[in-house]
Amino acid sequence: MTEADKPGQKQDRGRLCIDGEECKGCGLCIEACPPRVIAMSEPLNHYGYRTAIYAGAGCTGCGVCFMACPEPGAITVYRLVNAPGPGARSAQVAVEEASACAGS
Amino acid sequence: MPTESAGEYAPVQSRARSFYGRYERKEDLEHQTHFCPGCGHGIVHKMIARAIDDLGVQDRTIMVGPVGCGVFTYYYFDVGNVQAAHGRAPAVATAIKRSRPESIVIGYQGDGDLSAIGAAEILHAANRGENITVVFVNNAIYSMTGGQAAPTTLVGMKSTTTPNGRNAATEGYPLHVCELLSTLQAPAYIERVGLGDNKQIWQAARAIRRALANQVHGLGFSLIEVLSPCPTIWKMTPVEAQRWVRGVMENEFRLGVFCDRTNERAVSADLRPVTPDPALDDLPRILGVARERLPGSEAQAFTPGREIDLEVRIAGFGGQGVLLLGEVLAEAGLDAGLEVSWLPSYGPEMRSGTSNCHVRLSRHAIDSPLVASPVVLVAMNEPSLRKFDRSVRSGGWVIYNGREFPADCARDGLNVLARPFTELADELGEKRAANMVMLGALLEITGVLPQASIDHALARLVKNPRWVELDQRALARGRELYQGSREG
Repeated sequence: MTEADKPGQKQDRGRLCIDGEECKGCGLCIEACPPRVIAMSEPLNHYGYRTAIYAGAGCTGCGVCFMACPEPGAITVYRLVNAPGPGARSAQVAVEEASACAGS
Repeated sequence: MPTESAGEYAPVQSRARSFYGRYERKEDLEHQTHFCPGCGHGIVHKMIARAIDDLGVQDRTIMVGPVGCGVFTYYYFDVGNVQAAHGRAPAVATAIKRSRPESIVIGYQGDGDLSAIGAAEILHAANRGENITVVFVNNAIYSMTGGQAAPTTLVGMKSTTTPNGRNAATEGYPLHVCELLSTLQAPAYIERVGLGDNKQIWQAARAIRRALANQVHGLGFSLIEVLSPCPTIWKMTPVEAQRWVRGVMENEFRLGVFCDRTNERAVSADLRPVTPDPALDDLPRILGVARERLPGSEAQAFTPGREIDLEVRIAGFGGQGVLLLGEVLAEAGLDAGLEVSWLPSYGPEMRSGTSNCHVRLSRHAIDSPLVASPVVLVAMNEPSLRKFDRSVRSGGWVIYNGREFPADCARDGLNVLARPFTELADELGEKRAANMVMLGALLEITGVLPQASIDHALARLVKNPRWVELDQRALARGRELYQGSREG
């Protein structure tokens, strides 16, 4: 669970998932991100690259990082598509997927 | 876990469907591209893949890859792929588009590929207004080979071949491909974009999508030049390289639309006159062959019982009639209803260079026109004999133009007919007919073709009646020579 998921807080408009095995750590997404919510990891992945990581909150779902990224599938951008409300069960799948991914 | 108040997230930007999920690369690298971190190619690849997805043309798209860092398009794009020789992508793309007009053909080229070795190809493809889309990735340098100067290298820019920086006095000025091509009348759309910042990147994606859409709508030739960072060869970080595109490259290569005739094309459709493809029945008339001579027609004159798979290599000096000899043989085989191939191989010289050709005649479809191990070698001089005699199959024949067959070339299982064919032809009145004397001997040795087919082939290939008559006499002389050798 990320900060944004805590009850009572306003839900982010977007979410980010970065594949730590596909990312080569060029940093173009960090430069491109308008709300500045992407950073570089300290640990290296098994290819020896530091990789981009999502700060976990503040994504607007604009998709700019995706376009700036040279890797086909290193970044996936999610956007909040329906108004928050009770009973949004199907949303959980997407949210869990995004959360799990962002943490990797 | 998300509370009940959570809204739904859906992916809005993710891996394009036109990319493979895993790449057929080395083990452990199957989910990584081969590009360096921060390479512009990856970004351009994504734009193309996205455009293919958006236009719904994945199942009919054919990418033509270049030589250069962009070479591996076939690892990544889940579409048809052809990898062209250096600089030849526009020619290959032309062939694909014309033979499969329903396909969507994308030429992908770098600046070394397109603007140097392939400059003529792109110029003429653009000038013909081929209905293809070309994506031209310009990083102002030869990257794959380690950073040599390209035609697009900036003045003052250091490279391995311009260690003091490009000097306009000796290396000229950067080539502006968009400006150059936009002077032509045929192209439909030419735009230069960059990958220098977010705004430029979005514009580049739009331009590539538009260039592809133009082809889908049949509007004609579109080219998008993309100013693209090469952090590795430029010796910069990816972010520095991106800024360099924006701050330096863009000053030399102005961004913008250089040519847009899409509106007028949308009205007039394709400029090319629409001539319907000829029907199969029209082909004999167009090719000038009598219908009864076509392979598979009932009038096939030639039905001997035995299997035929004749592989012949004919070699000599240019000007000796090497290629014509092969052509007559192949043409006669065609006339006799056989499958044939004729593959010439010669140097740039018109005279006195070496020349040789491969001929195959078979009852079955021919897999390759190359003849590596001939059954018959026709060697019109000694160097040609020495070059190919070892390749002749055991039990095969060498027909050699010389009085004596060199002793060191003889071996068991090699049949030889050595005669001074040039002198013999001279006796007939023309020493240039030596090739036909040798062909006569070859026909007599192999016995695979009827004389009528040879007559038809000669009549088609030799226009001058005086030469036809001479060639007929030369062929007869060659047949006699072989018969004489068996009797003697």
